[in-house]
Amino acid sequence: MIEKTGMTDARKSLYFHLGLIGALFILQFILPAYHHGNLARIMVLACYAMGYNILFGYTGLLSLGHAMFFAAGMYGMGLPMVHLGWTPEPALISAIVAGVVVSAGIGFLALRTSGVSFMIVTLMFAQAGFLTILYFGEWTRGDEGFVIKQAERVMAGFDLSQPTNRYNAALILFSICLLLTIRLVHSRFGRVMIAIRENEERTHMLGYDVHFHKWMAVIMSGTMAALAGAAYALLFGYAGATFASVQYSIFPLLWVLLGGAGTALGPFIGTLFMFYLIDLSSSFTTAYMLIAGLALVLLTLFLPQGLVGEFRRKVVPWLS
Amino acid sequence: MAIMTTPHISADGISRHFGGLIAVDQVDFSVPRGEIRAIIGPNGAGKSTFVGMLCGRIPVSAGRIMFDGKDVTALPAHKRIRQGIAYTFQITSIYGRLSLKDNVRLATSWRWGNDEQAIQNTIEESLEKVGLADRMDQMAGDLSYGHQRLLEIAMGISQHPQLLILDEPTQGLADSEIAGFVKLIRELGGDMTILLIEHNMNVVMDTADQITVLNLGKVLATGTPADIRGNRDVQIAYLGETHA
Repeated sequence: MIEKTGMTDARKSLYFHLGLIGALFILQFILPAYHHGNLARIMVLACYAMGYNILFGYTGLLSLGHAMFFAAGMYGMGLPMVHLGWTPEPALISAIVAGVVVSAGIGFLALRTSGVSFMIVTLMFAQAGFLTILYFGEWTRGDEGFVIKQAERVMAGFDLSQPTNRYNAALILFSICLLLTIRLVHSRFGRVMIAIRENEERTHMLGYDVHFHKWMAVIMSGTMAALAGAAYALLFGYAGATFASVQYSIFPLLWVLLGGAGTALGPFIGTLFMFYLIDLSSSFTTAYMLIAGLALVLLTLFLPQGLVGEFRRKVVPWLS
Repeated sequence: MAIMTTPHISADGISRHFGGLIAVDQVDFSVPRGEIRAIIGPNGAGKSTFVGMLCGRIPVSAGRIMFDGKDVTALPAHKRIRQGIAYTFQITSIYGRLSLKDNVRLATSWRWGNDEQAIQNTIEESLEKVGLADRMDQMAGDLSYGHQRLLEIAMGISQHPQLLILDEPTQGLADSEIAGFVKLIRELGGDMTILLIEHNMNVVMDTADQITVLNLGKVLATGTPADIRGNRDVQIAYLGETHA
């Protein structure tokens, strides 16, 4: 993985990603309804993966507990809307606050460990979070979850349950997350994150507070994941404990690995690929997870840097 | 030697235990500003542990460290570095997947705020000093081992430290590179205090103002190169007891 720092490379990379955002905007006029709906969902989940990528892809910390951050945003959004009658605007703020608080707290504790212990600790915290959601089933409705009514999902005058609005809201969120990631990677802070990934000990002995940088990376990563969770609840009108389960901690890891860890676009490509892999294979066999699993094994063997990672290595070294 | 001025860096009875093993045992040590001090001693004498404690990489088990008139014993390593201590590792530690330019940038950029021009100048100047300026766009991992060592020294220099700690910098360098290194250290000597852990006695004799010899975690002798060369205890530590 090559991180170039020249101005022109940064600019080329920015234009490339702006082009992609433009293409996604145009696609909504072309796609049939089914794929149109899928793509909105993929863009929101890609934001989750982009959040994960900040910590895993750029800082080199492997978390197995990101579902708790996604769920913090999802319930931070959904609970006050359903129980307190909040409108989406303040609920979005409470979701972001939930994301910051949970990731700052968990990050503070989990970063006392590193490597495999960090994976285990994040996994355990997420499991505790999942059980907490089940325990307070009276409000969260546990596994069954709860629906946020269509009439309540109106933000700034736009009915977000309506497909076009939903698609464009997802696109706006996706664009923000993508551009923030690119901005971060080219910032001085982002360079230190990458330096920690590449050689933690050296980075510390060059005068950087490694622990602080890691903590901030957990908070940025967790908050972006929470933002995705909040958007998911708002756009698709549902919050449920499944999204806090281990499965949803593993998903972003797979998406990022498939697409390319430490690439800005990798999380989106990985999410898109896996979504359609499962979608297509389940249309002709019930053993669709077998096909998905096989594809994952082959990709990991032959494209170890992920789809975008290999593309960058072979074709466009200037990509962020 | 009369020590009238405050030492630049000093250790006051510092020790380090690893479980039951005593790696460094109540060492007193002081170096005046601008001196080049070599630290020598047989393998396992505790040299790396000792300088590791000075730069903060390894916490002390006991004792006190003063740098530039301030007690830095409790400061974490990254804060000591920002106060003007630079450190190069015994085993080369660079960013193999970043360019030489970006390696040095990470070392120096925090000194300069947003002054991009100063950063660029420092990068060029530091790589120039070790003779790697023409390779600044290459990946550091593609360099030969000797060149990687020189890159790490360039990263240290780019921090414009007051105190530069080099842990076996010439290990793995070719003879021609060693000659260049000796010249570089002599040039730097006037501007900064240098601690040099070194096995190559020619390098030590050609660069050091003073030498401290460690053996079994204790200071065996301190003196000029000529003193140390004639010191019988040192000869015994290195060569074993000889029966006359």
